Amino acid sequence: MTKRSTWSIPYLVFMIIFVVLPLVLIVLYAFQDGNGHFTFSNVTRFFTDSDSLSTFALSLEVAIENTLICILLGYPAAWILANRKFNRSAVTVTLFIMPMWINALMRTLATAELFNMLGFTLGKGTLLFGMVYDYIPFMIYPIYNILMKMDNSYMEAAEDLGATPWKVFWKVTVPLSMPGVMSGVLMVFMPTVSTFAISEFLTNNKIKLFGTIIQENINSSMWNYGAALAFIMLIIIGVSSLFGGERESSAEGGLI
Amino acid sequence: MKKVFAQAYLYLLLAMLYAPLVFIAVFSFTESRVLGNWTGFSPKLYVNLFTGGMNGGSSLLAAVENTLLIALVSAAFATLLGTIAAIGIHNLKGRKRAGMQFLNNIPMINPDIITGVSLFLLFVFLHITQGYLTVILAHITFCTPYVVLSVLPKLSQMNPNIYEAALDLGARPSQALRKVLLPELRPGMVSGFLLAFTMSLDDFAVTFFTRGTIGLDTLSTYIYTDARKGGLTPELRPLMTIIFLIVLVLLVVFNLRQNRAAKSKAN
Repeated sequence: MTKRSTWSIPYLVFMIIFVVLPLVLIVLYAFQDGNGHFTFSNVTRFFTDSDSLSTFALSLEVAIENTLICILLGYPAAWILANRKFNRSAVTVTLFIMPMWINALMRTLATAELFNMLGFTLGKGTLLFGMVYDYIPFMIYPIYNILMKMDNSYMEAAEDLGATPWKVFWKVTVPLSMPGVMSGVLMVFMPTVSTFAISEFLTNNKIKLFGTIIQENINSSMWNYGAALAFIMLIIIGVSSLFGGERESSAEGGLI
Repeated sequence: MKKVFAQAYLYLLLAMLYAPLVFIAVFSFTESRVLGNWTGFSPKLYVNLFTGGMNGGSSLLAAVENTLLIALVSAAFATLLGTIAAIGIHNLKGRKRAGMQFLNNIPMINPDIITGVSLFLLFVFLHITQGYLTVILAHITFCTPYVVLSVLPKLSQMNPNIYEAALDLGARPSQALRKVLLPELRPGMVSGFLLAFTMSLDDFAVTFFTRGTIGLDTLSTYIYTDARKGGLTPELRPLMTIIFLIVLVLLVVFNLRQNRAAKSKAN
């Protein structure tokens, strides 16, 4: 069957045109002025513009807080779901995963409307709450998955050797489930930094995140500065996926 | 006692997660334009939704149609391209294989906005007018990796000797492909197609950047524009309710069937 290796060529060509070339274009546009001359000014403009910088810092802050809250609330949920003593129902698991399959804009809008009706002022608090609503399924699912696959004999061995349940949990279960947590972090952190419509809905346009300023620049035809901002985001993705390794693919493969 | 706490936690979390959805569903049965204002039971919004009898109603239905059409076409092409690619990648070795898999991972790791902006720049660079075609190309771009990842495991689980046996027994390569390889890959192709389809349905950012200025709207971009205008079209409430229910029923049925299949295999 070795001749079949040529079958990867159409996809290779496709990816070069639609994946590699577009990324090269981001870099190209980021280092050009409006007339196509090479310049660093777009990138230096970001580092000297206090508005962009504070938006960037706020995005990182919200993303970190959102990720932490998702772990704190999501890990226990995943653990309970994966524990046969507490949960035997596949439907409960499905209920936790279901929001992943519904358009995020719709869910966000519903959340924002609910906040509105309950009389909360839309602002940073509602932004964070709404983000947790939106992203917690993406944290629960990979952790649940890895806990389900875990070999119970490790835990039993620890118990037999005299570890308290608390110790078993912290010294065996948690370390073994770290890959799941890491892919959860990847699925929550980057999307939070880059989101644009969600933050606008949840704060009534009061708070802008990094994604919003990229979108505003592109939409007002400031392509070069927009590309420079996208380039900065690309670098962050590169760095964070170095930390995350290649675990992402394993988490998403079995989604259905 | 522990069990009570554990289950209470789960149900509390679920209640929080579903509160907004339930809220929308409840208020889809009243006429009031303002959400949260109950003016008595009425199925009028549902009637409006299906008869198009509302302000700007036809554009909402058009957006739903566009969403489904784009998702179907993109998922079909992604399944075709991804399956062929997976067979190719499966037969590659070493560096070439790792290289293809690395490229295949890029669209999955990239946030939507990067995919959207980069493809926008591509179409501007190539002077391609943006519209249906560019949206579909963009959707194929981010959907295909999921198909590749769904089909690859089926190829490695497969016994390569079956295919060789078919050839030895006189099947032409095209016959062996159709009669031996494809049936083995079908489950992977189906789940790849379903993943691609839902990814495309869910997308907002990539569509937003690649739809151009011809007024092409999918459900996501419609909702976005609508919400920015200030007043959310009330008919979106019944529409969202229907979508929630469809997704919920599909997922529960799918999971129960999967569980039953797993159990009968175990027996």
